[in-house]
Amino acid sequence: MGAFLEEVNRRIDGVPIQRCYHCRKCSAGCPVAFAMEYNPNKVIKMIQMGKRAEVLGSSTIWLCASCETCVTRCPNDVDIARMMDVLREMVIEEGLGAREKKILKFHEAFLAGIRSGGRINEPMMIARYKMTTGDLFSDLKMGLDMFMKGKLSLISPKTKDMTSVRKIFDRTKK
Amino acid sequence: MKVSYYPGCSLHATGKEYDQSVKAVSRALGIELAEVNDWSCCGASSAHMTNYRLSVALPARNLASAEKAGLDVMVPCAACFNRFKMAQHHLRENGALKKEIEEIIGESCRGDLAVRNPIDVFSKDIGLEKLAEKVTRKLAGLKPVSYYGCLLLRPPEVCEFDNYENPVLLDKIMEAMGAEPRNWSCKTDCCGGSLTLGKTDIVIRLVDKLMTMAREAGANCLVTACPVCMANLDMRPREELRLPVFYFTELMALAMGLPGPTEWFKLHNTDPAPLLKSLALL
Repeated sequence: MGAFLEEVNRRIDGVPIQRCYHCRKCSAGCPVAFAMEYNPNKVIKMIQMGKRAEVLGSSTIWLCASCETCVTRCPNDVDIARMMDVLREMVIEEGLGAREKKILKFHEAFLAGIRSGGRINEPMMIARYKMTTGDLFSDLKMGLDMFMKGKLSLISPKTKDMTSVRKIFDRTKK
Repeated sequence: MKVSYYPGCSLHATGKEYDQSVKAVSRALGIELAEVNDWSCCGASSAHMTNYRLSVALPARNLASAEKAGLDVMVPCAACFNRFKMAQHHLRENGALKKEIEEIIGESCRGDLAVRNPIDVFSKDIGLEKLAEKVTRKLAGLKPVSYYGCLLLRPPEVCEFDNYENPVLLDKIMEAMGAEPRNWSCKTDCCGGSLTLGKTDIVIRLVDKLMTMAREAGANCLVTACPVCMANLDMRPREELRLPVFYFTELMALAMGLPGPTEWFKLHNTDPAPLLKSLALL
């Protein structure tokens, strides 16, 4: 068995992905497959074939919205959504750079928000995201609307025990 | 009855109407809500998409806190609900992980807490008949399609909620409120979730389809129970396809004659007032 396949299976720690027999229920039910470079079941095949660079460099793994439709419908209980999570983690751990940079930056902005306040302050999180992606002007009108309606308060209560929150981040750091 | 309440981050900001309407409806139904002590973010999608252990530890911290109160915990946000259920599932299945996470959060996690969403609490603990009795203004003429989304139902063995391909509880609540829910095939089709900022085009395509299918089903609005779905449906579809969207608890409050709906509707991006006025519901 190839090293890439073994590593992915080890991280998933569940049903080995080679149990897939390509019935394609996952790809048929995937709401974002239309935008993916490789279908979910094709990714499984590519992993089996050891195509590490192509898989980890794909946009597919970042577009997965974790809707869990694939997982629910797979007749062999392959956890395809978890496989996508695992592949993303591998890209991050190896510092390979995400093919969909904005999506990773969104996750980073989101998690930075939790780390700093225990809870997300949505306008601050969105501001952080927009600063790091340089995507300053899209949704500006909508953001302003929400702000005027009082839905985006710049001040929001934080978790009191921030020590415990920071500990969680420090101890799960990669 | 009394339950613990975990609002989550969205309900204090973009999901304000959901928080306020859940509270108003709970109060009217005699459900006392006790907010989980010193809660923190569940991690939503971003944690599990980038860091597995983080994605279990963040909900576990809240589960440990809620367990102390010894009550069922009601979680309105579908993402928070899903993450709590997933964390419990992982901790149950993996003893080594459980030990590790308990050490990280500095608390033990029994894992026996009942994590429930409000659709479940209202329909099972109060019951549809009692809900119907509380209606002072039937939502006649309102034809919602029920949009459950992904995370309340999938994976089914984790969520342990309604039928995962054709759920009905939200429809039944709407019926109890006197509305005329329309049946459709997109009850659990993804709205694109957290891709709303990073891949807006994908979300637009998905919600445009939902709006088209809702119209085909003869609906004049949509009803949902997730702050991200609500944001996507309320803000992203093409103008000409849009229909008003509601949190189901907003409609419950309207039907039960509770104060608040007029203010909540003003917070929506797609104004529901014209529809409701045309049906003499506002």
